[in-house]
Amino acid sequence: MISRAQRILFTVMLIAAVAMAAFLIRLRERAQDRLLVVQDSVPLIEPGGSPLENVSLLIPNDTDGSLLPAQRSLPMPKDESARARVLLETLLESFREPHSTHPIADGTSSGANSLANSSTLGINEVYLMPLPQPKGSTPTPGLMAVVDLSAAFAAAHPSGIEPETLTLLAIIGTLHANIPAVTQVRFLVDGHQVETLAGHADLTRTYLASETEPTGR
Amino acid sequence: MRWTRVGTAFAGLLLLCVSPETFAGQASQGSAGQQNPPSPPPAGMPALPGPAVPNVTPRFMVVIDAAHGGDDTGARIGNGVGDHAVEKDIVLSLSVRLRSTLSAHGIGVVTTRESDINLTPISRAEIANRDSAAACILIHATATGSGVHLYTSSLAPLPVTRFMPWQTAQSGYITQSLKLSSEIDSALAHAEIPVTLGRTSLQPMDSFACPAVAVEIAPLVSGASTKATPISDSAYQKSIVDALTAALTEWRNDWRQQP
Repeated sequence: MISRAQRILFTVMLIAAVAMAAFLIRLRERAQDRLLVVQDSVPLIEPGGSPLENVSLLIPNDTDGSLLPAQRSLPMPKDESARARVLLETLLESFREPHSTHPIADGTSSGANSLANSSTLGINEVYLMPLPQPKGSTPTPGLMAVVDLSAAFAAAHPSGIEPETLTLLAIIGTLHANIPAVTQVRFLVDGHQVETLAGHADLTRTYLASETEPTGR
Repeated sequence: MRWTRVGTAFAGLLLLCVSPETFAGQASQGSAGQQNPPSPPPAGMPALPGPAVPNVTPRFMVVIDAAHGGDDTGARIGNGVGDHAVEKDIVLSLSVRLRSTLSAHGIGVVTTRESDINLTPISRAEIANRDSAAACILIHATATGSGVHLYTSSLAPLPVTRFMPWQTAQSGYITQSLKLSSEIDSALAHAEIPVTLGRTSLQPMDSFACPAVAVEIAPLVSGASTKATPISDSAYQKSIVDALTAALTEWRNDWRQQP
């Protein structure tokens, strides 16, 4: 036999449980609403904080072996390494344009997955560092740029002395034209030193910006 | 009697020693690093034993380096009919063709490879530097661009010294390499083949201790004075080989006039 007091207690507890369940469901709905509001407020486009700057790119032409300057207006970051990276990403992107004079296939179609992981534009990173100074010598002003290309970009690059040389000259020339302090450039592929870009142009040496004047005819 | 025999034998031995050229031409073609000396005397002339004069004049020797080989296939190049060839085969074929034509013109030739073998850049430079060549021609091919690309080393010129650093031995020959490139450029222009000139850093060319030019052959792109022609076109290849032969013949004439 259940006493009256027990019945009342059971009823009160049942009502309290239902009320708490309703309260928790409501709290969960409100939390979800707040999350959705936060997600909607994430900017999908680059903020216009960086001012637009005119930059000069050197675009190779495979037919006559020349490098043609082209002006672009880009939002450039303040940090020099980031600027160098934006410059080279824009340059390499121009190689994939439909009527490019120096076409390079999109590395993503070659099945190389490092492109998607590291960089969609062929540049993993650009490091700027002071020039190496021999002991006892007068310090030389200037910067060395170490350009880390993605393996997918190197794999998709056309093989040949001319196309490989033009790519290196375009990178070196573009860096030097927009960041004059860069006087020497070295290249890595996925963080490693490799012999050549695609079987020809030597990537084991340091390139001087001053020696990259092409003599196309 | 006995002393007469000894004297005769000694005289014969002496005769063999002072005319090594008698045997220099016996090397057979077909292996890497072998020489193909100039042709024998003109037809109709009796083969008389010449006077035993020591050969002190350096010989005009050309080194032909067919790039890639073995596992290193080089570029993939379309032949105009939808099929693809690889660079190592095209340049080997051109190298053999150029070697034959130069030999026919009386020019001594050393080739770095005559078959599909693996060769390191160091081995190629060793072969080229062994013979103090008057010209070194590196043959490459690419599917990109149009005509022939002539590349010389981008190293800064330096005076030749007795011992040059291996990696930058070419720096002592930059001026001569540029002259040789200009000579080839003129011959190709005469043959109406578009030429692109440039400078690059290329192994093993930077280690070559001789005037060196990398000759990269590309298909002809249709233009105002040219019609689209694949690298595999026999007439196109012949015109390039003929132009290179003319340039090297002219280079030999200049070389002979040097002090």
